[in-house]
Amino acid sequence: MYNYTDFDTAFIKERNAQFRSQVERRIDGSLTEDEFKPLRLMNGLYLQLHAYMLRVAIPYGTLNSRQMHVLADIADKWDKGYGHFTTRQNIQYNWPELRDVPDMLDALGEVQMHAIQTSGNTIRNVTADHFAGAAADEIADPRPVAELIRQWSTDHPEFQFLPRKFKVAVTGSQNDRAVTKAHDIGLRMVERDGATGFEVIVGGGLGRTPMIGKVLRDFLPREDLLPYLEAIVSVYNLLGRRDNKYKARIKITVHENGLEDFGARVEERFALIRPQFGGVDQQMLAGIESDFAAPEFRSAATQDYEDARQHYPAFRSWADTNLSEHRAPGYAIVTISLKAHGATPGDATSAQMRLMADLAKRYGHDELRISHEQNVILPHVHKNDLPSIYSALRAAGLGTANIGLISDIIACPGMDYCALATARSIPIAQEIATRFDELKIEHDVGPLKIKISGCINACGHHHVGHIGILGLDRAGVESYQITLGGDGTENAAIGERAGPGFSADDIIPAIERLVMAYLDLRSEPAETFLDTYRRLGLAPFKAALYPEARANAA
Amino acid sequence: MPRAFTPKVVTANALLEGDVIYQTVSGWSRNLEEAEVLTDEADADLRLIDASQQQELVVGVYLADVDISGAAPKPTHFREDFRARGPSNYAHGKQEVKAHV
Repeated sequence: MYNYTDFDTAFIKERNAQFRSQVERRIDGSLTEDEFKPLRLMNGLYLQLHAYMLRVAIPYGTLNSRQMHVLADIADKWDKGYGHFTTRQNIQYNWPELRDVPDMLDALGEVQMHAIQTSGNTIRNVTADHFAGAAADEIADPRPVAELIRQWSTDHPEFQFLPRKFKVAVTGSQNDRAVTKAHDIGLRMVERDGATGFEVIVGGGLGRTPMIGKVLRDFLPREDLLPYLEAIVSVYNLLGRRDNKYKARIKITVHENGLEDFGARVEERFALIRPQFGGVDQQMLAGIESDFAAPEFRSAATQDYEDARQHYPAFRSWADTNLSEHRAPGYAIVTISLKAHGATPGDATSAQMRLMADLAKRYGHDELRISHEQNVILPHVHKNDLPSIYSALRAAGLGTANIGLISDIIACPGMDYCALATARSIPIAQEIATRFDELKIEHDVGPLKIKISGCINACGHHHVGHIGILGLDRAGVESYQITLGGDGTENAAIGERAGPGFSADDIIPAIERLVMAYLDLRSEPAETFLDTYRRLGLAPFKAALYPEARANAA
Repeated sequence: MPRAFTPKVVTANALLEGDVIYQTVSGWSRNLEEAEVLTDEADADLRLIDASQQQELVVGVYLADVDISGAAPKPTHFREDFRARGPSNYAHGKQEVKAHV
């Protein structure tokens, strides 16, 4: 893991002291809300529907047990005993009081964490594959690069007032678990002639105008990364629309100017600024890489694991669903589900956070990850430790065996918390998970990603859900629109709108009809929902969703 | 023809806690039931201006429609209903406060 330098520590301290003074001046009336709002947003503090919300960065989703313990302590001391992990690998506290926030930031600073650039029209928290450094399919660990980008972008004077927010994701694997094609810039580490470089994808994004990113460079040498990124963001800063916030993201800039023209401008800018990067960035990267050295994996038999699989069906079910292939023999990647049936997706109590931290410390080389799918990962676990881990997780309500299944739903906070939302997301996710748990067909259905957003901004990634649900306000009533066939992987696709929306009461039965139709339509149990959809198209699913339309047409 | 003015309350968030609050005849309350109902547009405009000037207490002041057919004002839109009631997944908002009254 990256460790703060003296410069980093001093920077965070100074920044927190500034914000403390700004909060004091807001409270004593020296600052108006108009003056204060941009200052609080620069420090991750929003005012939401019922309360303030503090969004804390977890860069590239990586943290250690001490940091997780402090997140739990903050939840207990200044919030309501829980935190919400988001689709941007952040954690959000939903109930802080204004005068406490400087203390919360100081507590974060003590463990090398902060809330800088988790809001505003700037380069946001850099996200990465949550299996980074552990995945069997990895070309290289993307986190040192993500950390370099974080350092480069933090308080970068040119990029504090971009036309709109700007999101960068990095993956080091061919299997894209970071949704790189739905980011302003997506970076895929690739190899060519034995050298590692990047495929640079630009102009992806969801929101009201969803677009899949386009390849700007199919191979960018490692040493060119920062100047090339700087060239992209500079060109966007110049060309990006500031007259209309809905057309301000880089996806619109690329779309309106064309990839070729945009790329030519980037290359021109890149040629100009490349000489200014004299290699210091590469020296820094080399230093950062040493911080991310792999732990020493032990070589041991996995008999305890095999025995547990054989004798305990519940453990086997969990292991089959929640484990992923590790690059070291005898090891596994554990995904801890924050999606217990009926629970709020992404929420963890302080007790659960402490347990996960302790498990990471004891069994997981002191590493945890947050996934964009709102789960927590123990990236390095020896298989013989899995029975003990499962037992502890299960006792804490964290043993749900549903990763990648229908109840492993991404859901934004929706109108239960978010000031921008137009409908609720959380109760819909809770009801779907509960319903399919009652039906006991979740494992039969197999891999199926449902993603729910409470407004058109698409924080719940509904456009790339196999089944996407978008909550809207239709004449003062919550209405839910379904999209089908979305995909957030390397084969990224935007889902197709199925038809008119459903009321809150009708959406759960509609999803049930959809899934039952899939079970009837699939060619064999191994054919996934997405495969079936791609084979047959929208029509049979639409017929299941809107049986009355078929009856009327008859 | 101008639209008829419908009954409203002045609402905002409290500066220190962020709680949803409503303007009463004499100050602010966490309970919609205690809000001052404004049925005259000119009065509503004046009360809105008055509330907006109380920056030391409140943030994001606006007028919200209410239904006054019952004994106490009620929200007419689901967003205001959630603001008055608290989130639906936990009793962590106004539900919690009311449980301790």
